[in-house]
Amino acid sequence: MATPLVVSDVAKSFTMHLRDGIRLPVVAGVSFSIQAGECAVLGGPSGAGKSSILKMLYGNYAVDEGQIIVQHDDGLIDLATASPRTVLAVRRQTIGYVSQFLRTVPRVSALDVVAEPLVERGEEREIAREKSRSLLAELNLPEKLWALPPATFSGGEQQRVNIARGFITEHPILLLDEPTASLDARNRDVVIALIAAKKAAGVALLGIFHDHDVREAVADRIIDVTAFAAGKIAA
Amino acid sequence: MTDEPLLRVSALSKFYGSRVGCENVTFDLWPGEVLAVVGESGSGKTTLLNCLSTRLLPSSGTASYRMRDGQFRELYRMSEAERRFLMRTDWGFVHQNPADGLRMTVSAGANVGERLMAVGDRHYGKIRATAVDWLSRVEIDEDRIDDEPRAFSGGMRQRLQIARNLVTGPRLVFMDEPTGGLDVSVQARLLDLLRGLVTDLGLAAIVVTHDLAVARLLSQRMMVMKDGRVVESGLTDRVLDDPRAPYTQLLVSSILQV
Repeated sequence: MATPLVVSDVAKSFTMHLRDGIRLPVVAGVSFSIQAGECAVLGGPSGAGKSSILKMLYGNYAVDEGQIIVQHDDGLIDLATASPRTVLAVRRQTIGYVSQFLRTVPRVSALDVVAEPLVERGEEREIAREKSRSLLAELNLPEKLWALPPATFSGGEQQRVNIARGFITEHPILLLDEPTASLDARNRDVVIALIAAKKAAGVALLGIFHDHDVREAVADRIIDVTAFAAGKIAA
Repeated sequence: MTDEPLLRVSALSKFYGSRVGCENVTFDLWPGEVLAVVGESGSGKTTLLNCLSTRLLPSSGTASYRMRDGQFRELYRMSEAERRFLMRTDWGFVHQNPADGLRMTVSAGANVGERLMAVGDRHYGKIRATAVDWLSRVEIDEDRIDDEPRAFSGGMRQRLQIARNLVTGPRLVFMDEPTGGLDVSVQARLLDLLRGLVTDLGLAAIVVTHDLAVARLLSQRMMVMKDGRVVESGLTDRVLDDPRAPYTQLLVSSILQV
């Protein structure tokens, strides 16, 4: 089986045109790959560029240099240069993403926020909702909240909606940006179990976990992001 | 999913004398895709929209549209009658001011029904039933069907305009600041409604807006215009979260945080 995700020599910087074009290098020479059924964790202090790497892998940040090769639709695609339309297809079918914060849409219920990625993949709405219910129950989100839009939920409640939304589909690659940051111990354990289930199903996972216990529980391997510090690699 | 775009635009320019309306705009639009065109007033976004919807003829460049039979037709080579037919059936145009897109002195039901009659529907009962269905989809009570839009609030008028445009099952809808001039709460409701309709019906849409939040909520792709030119384009979340052009950075950094 081919490797689902191969990152080679990726570099990223921000140019701040409003501040006299000052250039902020973020990372350079980022190279690693993720195997199916493995959970790799990006390690390093805040500001090392962990989130930026995840965002590049999701097409949310542009890539200055290098390649991000993804196995998609029986072929290989370089996400660093893919068209917006291809990136959207990759997000629909291949790469799932649990962001740190939920971006809420007015008037859409938590149940439908979670069901949406499945519906986008062509699942019937009722089946998607059924799966959404069981995930929300598993994550201990009180049933009385399911029909409400998550805008007014607490941080932990929103995070669980976000997690359910990311885990509902069977994307072969899943990116996790601190999914357990605002969860209590009981729900952290649920997320650890969900990640274990994804691994068993052959999903390639890449995550950021500041919580030491969670990292211990899920990580097969730590990728040290400080090795990719921009400027460190002089070549 | 089809592998051909619905609309192909190449090097489109419109000059008003020596002034630039829009210059050298090129993009493809696929079925089911929502493209936001953002920029401040005077950036050429409305000129572009008017050229694409053939309300204006460009000075140069081409735009071809894939008709229902699968054939691409060059928009600016069609006869006026063909263009008008397209406009009435396969396209919709949602104006910023509902009064520009509605007939204010005929009933709400007739406003919706008129588009159906334009595509050949003649059965009164059927037309009325479809009108009632569409009014309910845009959350207008059935008992308002015989009222004139003059008696409607701004938000209701906008929803009626949307119903009037979507009733014929268009494949491409142009929107010019669809939420401009509405209260924030009314805006949210309208955006949610538009989002749902666009997803359910698989519409392609080109939405002109100066409101980046509207662009984020409605569109998958975005073009940023300044002085008639496209300065940046790409996935909506990419452009907003990692803006690269100086002007886009200025726009994004100017958003007020609530």
